Amino acid sequence: MAMGSKNTSRDVVGVIGAGSFGTAIANILAENDSDVILYVRDPKKAKKIEKERVSAKQKLHDNVEVINELEEVPKRCEVIFPMVPSANFRDLVIKLAPHLKPYHVLIHGTKGFDLHVPEKYKITRNNPLTREHVKTISEVIKEETSVLRVGCLAGPNLARELDQRKPAATVVASHYDEVVSIGQKLLKNDRFMIYGSRDLIGIELCGVLKNIIAVGAGTIAGMDLGENAKSLFISRGLVEMVYIGQALGGNAQAFLGLAGVGDLIATCTSNLSRNFTVGYRLAKGENLSEIIESLDEVAEGVKTINIINELSESYRVRCPITETLYKIIHDKMTIEEAHHYLMNFPFRAEIDFLEPEPED
Amino acid sequence: MRKKKISYSEIIPNKNEWPIVKLSKNRKEFIDEVTSDTYNHLLGNKKASLREDIETTIHREKLRMKANPWRVDPPDEKVYWKSIQSRLLDINGEDKKVAKEQEKHLLEEIIRRYTQEIAGNFKNSAYQFAQRFVTFGFARLLNAARVEGLLSLFSRRLDLDDKIHVIGETEHIRSLAKKGTVVMVPTHFSNLDSILIGWAIQFLGLPPFIYGAGLNLFNIKILAYFMNSLGAYKVDRRKKNPIYLETLKTYSRNAIKKGCHSLFFPGGTRSRSGQLETNLRMGLLGTAIEAQRELYLNAKEGEEVRKVFIVPVVINYHFTLEAPSLIREHLKRTGRERYYVEADEFSTSYKLGTFMFKFFTKGSDISVNVGRGMDILGNYVDDEGSSFDKNGNPINARDYFLRDQKITFDAQREKEYVRVLAKRIIEEYHKYNRVFASHLVAYVAFKMLERKHPKLDLYSVLRLPDEDLILDYEEFRSKFRKLRTRLNKLHSKGQVDMSDHMKKKSYDAIEHGLRNVGLYHDQRPLIRRGDKIIVQDTNTLYYYHNRMNGYGLEKHI
Repeated sequence: MAMGSKNTSRDVVGVIGAGSFGTAIANILAENDSDVILYVRDPKKAKKIEKERVSAKQKLHDNVEVINELEEVPKRCEVIFPMVPSANFRDLVIKLAPHLKPYHVLIHGTKGFDLHVPEKYKITRNNPLTREHVKTISEVIKEETSVLRVGCLAGPNLARELDQRKPAATVVASHYDEVVSIGQKLLKNDRFMIYGSRDLIGIELCGVLKNIIAVGAGTIAGMDLGENAKSLFISRGLVEMVYIGQALGGNAQAFLGLAGVGDLIATCTSNLSRNFTVGYRLAKGENLSEIIESLDEVAEGVKTINIINELSESYRVRCPITETLYKIIHDKMTIEEAHHYLMNFPFRAEIDFLEPEPED
Repeated sequence: MRKKKISYSEIIPNKNEWPIVKLSKNRKEFIDEVTSDTYNHLLGNKKASLREDIETTIHREKLRMKANPWRVDPPDEKVYWKSIQSRLLDINGEDKKVAKEQEKHLLEEIIRRYTQEIAGNFKNSAYQFAQRFVTFGFARLLNAARVEGLLSLFSRRLDLDDKIHVIGETEHIRSLAKKGTVVMVPTHFSNLDSILIGWAIQFLGLPPFIYGAGLNLFNIKILAYFMNSLGAYKVDRRKKNPIYLETLKTYSRNAIKKGCHSLFFPGGTRSRSGQLETNLRMGLLGTAIEAQRELYLNAKEGEEVRKVFIVPVVINYHFTLEAPSLIREHLKRTGRERYYVEADEFSTSYKLGTFMFKFFTKGSDISVNVGRGMDILGNYVDDEGSSFDKNGNPINARDYFLRDQKITFDAQREKEYVRVLAKRIIEEYHKYNRVFASHLVAYVAFKMLERKHPKLDLYSVLRLPDEDLILDYEEFRSKFRKLRTRLNKLHSKGQVDMSDHMKKKSYDAIEHGLRNVGLYHDQRPLIRRGDKIIVQDTNTLYYYHNRMNGYGLEKHI
């Protein structure tokens, strides 16, 4: 029996990826009396973290053990929190798959899409990018492994604030109530509230799509246009998120909750957010590759803007904000032009997605 | 040109070892067991009070008896429910404990009545008769009309398996039936399916399966005879009360646990639209998962647990006798569940007899395509019954029920599991769907009509006047070829199955399709006249066209 060696009743929980969010989650788990193993991919980095007991500028809790062997994680833990960028996710899962069994529970915290276009396939007007090529992280897990009990974490969870032990809340979403309650049991403490949701895809989309708006909000801040303009932008952004989300298979409700509006406000108003920072620095005149180079972690928003810009064409969803940001990051429009364009864009109704659908 | 005949030996020659025979020998114990399990289950997780449950049940039963009485209904049922009602009223609340006991007693009585009604009545002698009747009787009939006239009643030139092709993973299912319990889940297009599958099971040398046949089929005497002897239990779709549904599920679950191979039509009723099933009924499907979980749970340390295998089967016809009424109903339907309409083409033994005669005397082939076995979560299994994930890594189905290394029961989890399984079954249906030329000609013709009138909605296309129902043959043929190429591509990726006659030259394949599409309807949906293709019946054309939905063909026409 793989886990037969376990002789205490304490949970052993795995965290994969020692970025700022992964580290913060590992610490919260550890604080709750779980034994945590934190997998770090780069052996040098793993050694360094182990020696200094500091990861992503956060001090590690004593209950966190740093490891460098991936297969150890599924061998020793039933519950695993993968916390790696979307670009590496599929590769990670493929490596993990042979060791994953149907009894495993995976709760991920990745806020990006998986993009998977077969080599021979050319994206053209007749062969547009579709949902077939763009998957949420839970969909990747289900595609590549035999694990069914999958969940995700999303909400206003700026890692730095979590580390400073400031109050926060998150949403654990899963089709399985069991997974939600496992997440609650492992993560909840008196300054970290856990909400549950069954709308896994909706909550995942919230976490992914808000990054687009965060980049945009950063540019507004960088141009110093003031709080009115930023709020205008955020609320327009929310509407756009809902439309894209619906086209990709999510419900409007999720976007109005903690993982939607909640996370949106946090990432769009804080310079602790990487995506916000990208926009901010773009507006200050830096170019994108410089900015990306200088960040220690991936800003998912940039990749998401590219993907959603394509998808919005395939599914004929009008996404003025995403399109404009796409043009900015591909140097087809200056920030000033973009600002002018959006201020004159004929947005139709204020909000119309909450009205009941007409009967067929 | 005759193909070499395949015949299958019986996998369990000793009939006394058939699970179904064992079950029928211990019928009384089995009924007791189902009754007490249902009873415990209902008491264990009920939300409303017991009294409310019984009241709801009485109320619904009274409504049903009034709104939709059937010939097979027991004559005493009105009296019975009246007496239950008055006994419930007699229970007064003075002594709560006594009242509770009396309510429990009523509940048990109702469950027992339902169990007895559901329980099949398998008789080995009757089974053997029915088996012989189907095989030899129909074969004789087939020879008589098809080959040499009545004299050939005694010839053995053509057998039923010339007409019905049982193909696909036939050896695999035989192997699985030896290793564990098979739950066969076929597509459902015609009332003929039950008999057809019954025959196929016997042809494959498998011991009889039990299956939940709609009670309406028992209205027809001749079918009732077959059903009773082939191990059918009765499912009454009119009864939607919680006590009945729980009893039905327990019956199925316990039979699977006892190793009885079972047959469900997971679509519930016949496909009204002619399309492959897209929505499956979760209730009965769930019993397979529950049975497997309970088998794992009750197993002693180290004991080998009998596995439950799900085997999808796709039945293909060139035509469905009921197509005209099914499609009419589909088009009328507002999506609401209605009472099952009793009066259709199969409503009497006479009509059924005429149909059977037509069916077996005119040349039109049927294929029964047996899919690959899966475990209760839709992972493929090998001949030994071991499960493998998508990457070919071995997995243990037991692990799906583990939490903290223990087997646990979680109703919500299992509800999700049923959805996972249902999704997999639908995927498999599309893979094992065997394209007949008749399906494709119908598809091409209907899509051409739609393309010609892009502004019209479906209902307007269905009502097009005769002069708009004429298509050019050459254009038709080129579209047919295009789609066939596309289907060949899907076929090579294993995403659909193709019948042999689809390989013929396009002219011949189209001929074959036109000759067979909706063969026995009063009005043939599609005919050829010179260089024109003429649509004669848009409704049935639409019905046969629907069979090709779900492959994204519309993008390639």
